[in-house]
Amino acid sequence: MPTDVDVSESIIESQPLGQEPAAPSVSLLPEMVIRPRRGWFAIDLNELWQYRELLYFLTWRDIKVRYKQTVLGALWAIIQPALNMVVFTLFFGRLAKMPSDGVPYPIFVYAGLLPWTYFSHAVTQAGNSVIGDKNLITKVYFPRLLIPMGAATAGLMDFVIAMTVLGGLMVYYGFVPSVGLMLFPVLALVTYILAIGVGLWFAALNVKYRDVTYAIPFVVQLWMFCTPVIYPTTLLKKYAWVMALNPMGGLIEAYRACTLGHMPIAWASLSISCVIILAVFMGGLIYFRRMETHFADVI
Amino acid sequence: MSETVITVENLSKQYRIGVRERYGCLRESIVKGITAPFQRLRRLGQKPPPEETIWALKDVSFEVQKGEVLGIIGRNGAGKTTLLKVLSRITEPTEGEVRIRGRVASLLEVGTGFHPELTGRENIFLNGAVLGMTRKEIQRKFDEIVAFAEVEKFIDTPVKRYSSGMYVRLAFAVAAHLEPEVLLVDEVLAVGDAEFQKKCLGKMGDVAREGRTVLFVSHNMAATVKLCARGLLLSSGRLVKEGSSRETVDFYLGTSGGRTALNVALDSPERSRGRLVYITGVCGLDGSHNETTGITTGSRCAVAFGFATEAFPLQVRFAFGLIDSMGEYCLHCGSFTLGHNLCLHSSRGWIVCRFARLPLMPGTYSVNFMLQDAGGGVLDYLKNAARLTVRDGDYYGSGRLPGAGMGNVLADYDYSVIPDSLLPRERCAKKEEREWEWLPRQHISNEK
Repeated sequence: MPTDVDVSESIIESQPLGQEPAAPSVSLLPEMVIRPRRGWFAIDLNELWQYRELLYFLTWRDIKVRYKQTVLGALWAIIQPALNMVVFTLFFGRLAKMPSDGVPYPIFVYAGLLPWTYFSHAVTQAGNSVIGDKNLITKVYFPRLLIPMGAATAGLMDFVIAMTVLGGLMVYYGFVPSVGLMLFPVLALVTYILAIGVGLWFAALNVKYRDVTYAIPFVVQLWMFCTPVIYPTTLLKKYAWVMALNPMGGLIEAYRACTLGHMPIAWASLSISCVIILAVFMGGLIYFRRMETHFADVI
Repeated sequence: MSETVITVENLSKQYRIGVRERYGCLRESIVKGITAPFQRLRRLGQKPPPEETIWALKDVSFEVQKGEVLGIIGRNGAGKTTLLKVLSRITEPTEGEVRIRGRVASLLEVGTGFHPELTGRENIFLNGAVLGMTRKEIQRKFDEIVAFAEVEKFIDTPVKRYSSGMYVRLAFAVAAHLEPEVLLVDEVLAVGDAEFQKKCLGKMGDVAREGRTVLFVSHNMAATVKLCARGLLLSSGRLVKEGSSRETVDFYLGTSGGRTALNVALDSPERSRGRLVYITGVCGLDGSHNETTGITTGSRCAVAFGFATEAFPLQVRFAFGLIDSMGEYCLHCGSFTLGHNLCLHSSRGWIVCRFARLPLMPGTYSVNFMLQDAGGGVLDYLKNAARLTVRDGDYYGSGRLPGAGMGNVLADYDYSVIPDSLLPRERCAKKEEREWEWLPRQHISNEK
C-alpha cells in the first residue's frame, strides 16, 4: 500500500547508511586476529609502545590520587623514611649500638632506607594494582602489563622527593659526592626493574589467590630484615656471601657505597644481584603474560 | 562496494562454573596438589564428576561489512556481552577465530576508568586514554566533549561530587567522541534519563552515518530497529537468526513469549488459571466466521477465544489486549468497557469479539487476555498468549494507509475546508452553519 508522508521528526534517515567517507580503504588497515593462545608467547613491544600514553596516564593518576585531599601532600614522601630513620637511629644506632661501617648511623640507615622505601611501596602497590583496577580489566582492552608498571612508576616520584633528605644529610655530615654517585641512576633503574618484576609476580598471583593481598605486607617486612638496611653486610662476617642471594642485598650496599663513598662498591655481589633481578623480572613477565588471558574471567 | 571488516568463524567460549569459581587459596592449592594422586587412585573405579563448564558462545560465525550497523539481541545470558568481550580482546576465545580490520573501541560500560577523586577535566583525559585516544586527540576534542556533556561549570570539581546524571553524561560524552573504525556498544544506553537516551541515540546515529562499523547490543528493540540495518539473534550461546533488524526482532519477540502462532500455552508458568473455567485457544475469524490465520485491516472480522468451563451457565467478564512488536499496548477490548457481562452457556464454546471494520495497522501483535468472574475475581489470565497477524487491508477505501511507525490504530476522520466566516462561532447567525456535520462521510461499504 502506498504510504503517507512522515510528518514526525525521525532520528535516523531511512536511507541506507554507510556513504563512503574519506577513510582509508579497509584493506590498508592493519588486521587483528583473535584466536586462542597456546603456550608461552613473546611480549608485544610494539603494542606496549602504542599504549605508552596510557602508561603515562595511569602513573599520573596514581600519583595524583595519592595526595588528593591530603593536607601534607607530597611531604608524606619525606616523613615516612625520615621518621623511620629517627626511630632506627634511636633504637638500633644508640641503644643497640649497631655498627655502621664507620659512618654516622643516621645517614647510614637513611642511605639504605631511601631505596628500600621506594621498593616496598612499589611492590605493594603493584601487587594490588591489578585487583584494584578490576573494572578496567573487565571492560576495556589494553596491555595489562601497564597496570603494575604504572604503579611502580608512580612510586618514583616519592623516591625523588625523598632524595632531598639524603642530600640534606650529606651536607650536614659533610659528605662530598664522589664519582660513584654516577652509578645512582643505574641502581635506580635496576631497582625499578626489580620492583616491576616482583610486582608482576604478586599481581598475577593475587588475581587467582587472594591470600597474596595479605601476604605482601608481611613478606615485605620480613624481606627488610633480611636486607642490610638497618645493619651492614659486614655484620654477617663470613656468611656475607649469603647476602648476595638477596637481590636487594647487593643493591642496598651498592647504593650506600656510591653515595657515601665509605667503601668500594662490591661489584661481585652487585653482579650476582643483577643476574637474579633479571631472572625474577623475566619470570614475572612470562608468568604475568600467561595468566593475563584469564584475568577478565577470574577476577 | 563494501569490504568485510569483521570475520567471526566458529567462535566458542567456555567458562568454568560451580565450586571451582571461588577465589583460590594458596593453602588449598597446595593441599590439592599433594592429595591429587591419592584422589585419582580413589576415583579410578568411579564415574568421572559431571562437567562444571558452560559454553557461553558456541560456533558463532558471521561477517560484518564496513559501515554496517549490526544489532545483537537475545535474552539475558545469551552470550551477547561475552561476544563483545571476545571481540574487544578482554577475554580470550576457547575455540574459533576472529579477524578485525581497523581500530576497535568498545563501550561496555560508561565511565570506565573514572576515578572519583579526580576532577572532570582529569577524568576526561584518563577515560579518553583508557579508551584508546591519544593526548592530542583528547585536547583537540576537549571543548566538544564538555559541551556535549553540559558540565562546563563543574569541570574542575572532583567527579565524586557529580550527580549520577552528570557523571553518566560526561562519561558518555568522552566515549561518543571516539573515532575508531569499529565501535562495540553494549547496552550503555540503558542508563540515564529519557533526554539523555535520546541524545545518545542521536549520537549513535551520527557515528553510524560517518561510515563506521558499529556492533550494538541492546534490549531496547525500538532502538535496535531504528539504528541497525542488520540483526543477529543469540540464544544460549548460539547464533539463532541472522537477517534484517526488523526480521530478527520479530523472530525474537515471536519466540520469547507465546509458542507457535495462535496457540495458547496452557501450561505456561506465567498463567494464573483456575480449574473451573479457562481459555483453550485463540483464533481469528473472517467476515464469514471462517477460521483464518490472519485478519485484515479494515475488514469485518473477529477474534475468537475458545473456552472450557465446568460450571455453566456462568457470568464472566472478558477482555483482551493487543500489543505491537515494540511493546506498545495498542488496543484493549473488554466486555466490561461495553457495559455488560458475558454468559457462558455450555461446557465448551467460543467468546467472539467482532469488529465491523478492524482499526488496526498491519503487523504482528501479541495477545494478552483476562477472564474474570462477574465480581472481578480472576479466572484465567495470560500475557503473550498468542501472536495475531493483521494483514494489509483497505480501511479508508482509498487504497492508502499511514506509513510504518506512524501509529497502530486507525480512526474514522474526514477532512474539510470551511470559510472564515464560520468562525468564531458567535458571529454565526444561522444555526445550521454553526453545526456542521460531525459524522464521517459514508465509506464504500464492505457489507455484502
